[in-house]
Amino acid sequence: MSGADVQAPVLACTGLEVRFGGVVALDGVDFPVARGSITALIGPNGAGKTTLLNAVTGLVRVAGGAITLNGADITALPPHRRAAAGVVRTFQNLETFSNMSVLENVMTGAHRVIRYPLAHALFKTPLYFRRERACRDHAMAQLDFVGLAHLADAPATELAYGSLRLMEIARALAAQPELLLLDEPAAGLNMKETRTLGAIIRRIRDERGVTVALVEHDMDLIMDISDAITVLNFGRELAHGTPAEIQRNPAVVAAYLGEDEAEDAAPGAGKAAQGGGR
Amino acid sequence: MRALFSSSLAQTGLFLALLLAAPWLLTNDYYLTVLILCCLNAIIVVGLNLLMGYAGQISLGHAAFYGLSAYTTAVATATYQLPMELGLVLAVAVTALIAVGIGIPALKLSGHYLGMATMGFGLIVFIFLNETIELTGGPSGFVGIPRLELFGYAFETDRSYYVLTACCLAGVALLSLNIIHSRAGRALRAIHTSEKAAMTAAIDIARYKLLVFVLSAVYAALAGFLYAHYLSFVAPSSFGFLFSVELITMVVLGGMADLWGGIAGAFFLTMLPEFLRAFEDIEVLLFGSILVLSMLLLPDGFAGGLRRLARFAAARLGRSGGGADGGTGGDVDGPDAAKAAAPGAGGRP
Ligand SMILES: Nc1ncnc2c1ncn2[C@@H]1O[C@H](COP(=O)(O)OP(=O)(O)OP(=O)(O)O)[C@@H](O)[C@H]1O
Ligand SMILES: [Mg+2]
Repeated sequence: MSGADVQAPVLACTGLEVRFGGVVALDGVDFPVARGSITALIGPNGAGKTTLLNAVTGLVRVAGGAITLNGADITALPPHRRAAAGVVRTFQNLETFSNMSVLENVMTGAHRVIRYPLAHALFKTPLYFRRERACRDHAMAQLDFVGLAHLADAPATELAYGSLRLMEIARALAAQPELLLLDEPAAGLNMKETRTLGAIIRRIRDERGVTVALVEHDMDLIMDISDAITVLNFGRELAHGTPAEIQRNPAVVAAYLGEDEAEDAAPGAGKAAQGGGR
Repeated sequence: MRALFSSSLAQTGLFLALLLAAPWLLTNDYYLTVLILCCLNAIIVVGLNLLMGYAGQISLGHAAFYGLSAYTTAVATATYQLPMELGLVLAVAVTALIAVGIGIPALKLSGHYLGMATMGFGLIVFIFLNETIELTGGPSGFVGIPRLELFGYAFETDRSYYVLTACCLAGVALLSLNIIHSRAGRALRAIHTSEKAAMTAAIDIARYKLLVFVLSAVYAALAGFLYAHYLSFVAPSSFGFLFSVELITMVVLGGMADLWGGIAGAFFLTMLPEFLRAFEDIEVLLFGSILVLSMLLLPDGFAGGLRRLARFAAARLGRSGGGADGGTGGDVDGPDAAKAAAPGAGGRP
């Protein structure tokens, strides 16, 4: 275990249970995220990764277990209160505000940080203009950070898939999260875009000081950027450790062998599997 | 972008000037009555557009808010002889309270279920207005509502009443534009397209839905108050399910999430039956067909339809004229298609 795990984690999920009718999507999962870390959550399709992010952000109800943020229990909070507390996310299947421009999407992300009473908008007071300008500048800065500033005024529907993924990251960053959860941010991106994404995720942690937890299938990306990895399989935790430990873990290798991901697996894991897989 | 901030005031000013100029073009003072009704319907439609077009929440019960307000002020000012200023306050307050009471449970539903719930509410109000004969006069209506007099000024002529309703409409439009271009407006539009993403952007969606629902009910209440004191007679038949559907047709025809389009829709559909008096019996059929046709053919209302037509014409002209100007390249309809197959390329050869 790396030293970072010793200090109090930003997020601690303990014994999480989520059921959908008869399906047990999460079965007593622990998921700690150390402050300042990039923590990965991996596992085969249907393992429960998205469900875990949904549980953390309050989009599904947990049947058991507890979620704490900086030691405070947030298990019972509704989704918007968790976001207000600093837990912000992106989605595996994009959730774009398709009726807005790119800039407005990101400005909406700033709902938490730049605020003013509605009465100021109704009568367009000086405060309204000041806050709206601040919001616009803040959103532009986020777009600049992910390299989309030149597309700010385009309708969101006109963006290419890869740009939409970046836009959703900018939207999440606009909320100045303490913990950013990314659900398969590299899905649908080509190799070049994935490399750019890897660099952006690092900068989010290094320059913004935001703790990042991400779900991803791209093993090269995961092994490259993460400090700690939790592996889920059938709703249970299979392993937890550093990338090197996970690559050497025989249970992980075995779980991935039965999956399409075998060939995507990191070089180390691939070697352990004797390059076979199929 | 500064232009956008100042332009809602400019747009509204221009609109009000047009409205106030309109009576001078009329040949017959009867049409002033029609214009007043246009303004009243447009006030409701502006609110309904915020609710439906911007926030994506349907209501099939807005006629009921209109009616509740009209009857509240009727009872307050005619039965109890209260001053009309108080009638206005009561009408708005009662309607807003009822909207809160209905909105809290109903807005937990979405789509068809919300439609059904609000429709049910509308029917209950309709039955209530018909059955409480002692209070409301029942199906034959409530007579003897005093003509409007506010703060010592009596709106005796139709002209003065028209100026009042036009100013109310402009005021409501301006406030609504200001909401649309604000943090709250973005929250409403966010709820329309992704509740999940809205929630995870810290937007309290239940609160914003209730806010816009109550606001739209308050607009309907303002219109109801003005209606009652204009006609001095109200009957339940004006506030039934059919009127709720007509209001929705106005929003859809004018263009969802297009404030001025919705107002144009309200004016058009309020005038239409007046010019088609001969076809009075088929009014329902007329509105039904307009609703269906505009949903099928004009998914973004007249304004959107005109824009598409213009774009189509521009594309046609661009192609036949051979004057391949790069400017139109970005206007190709399908955004994905535009990305996939460099749009300019098709037009070149
Ligand atoms: N809303 C839901 N209703 C019913 N079952 C669900 C729901 N959401 C998820 N599940 C089930 O829970 C299990 C875990 O799903 P989840 O989406 O969390 O997997 P995942 O690890 O994110 O997979 P993927 O890599 O494909 O995204 C699956 O069996 C899935 O079918
Ligand atoms: Mg998933």
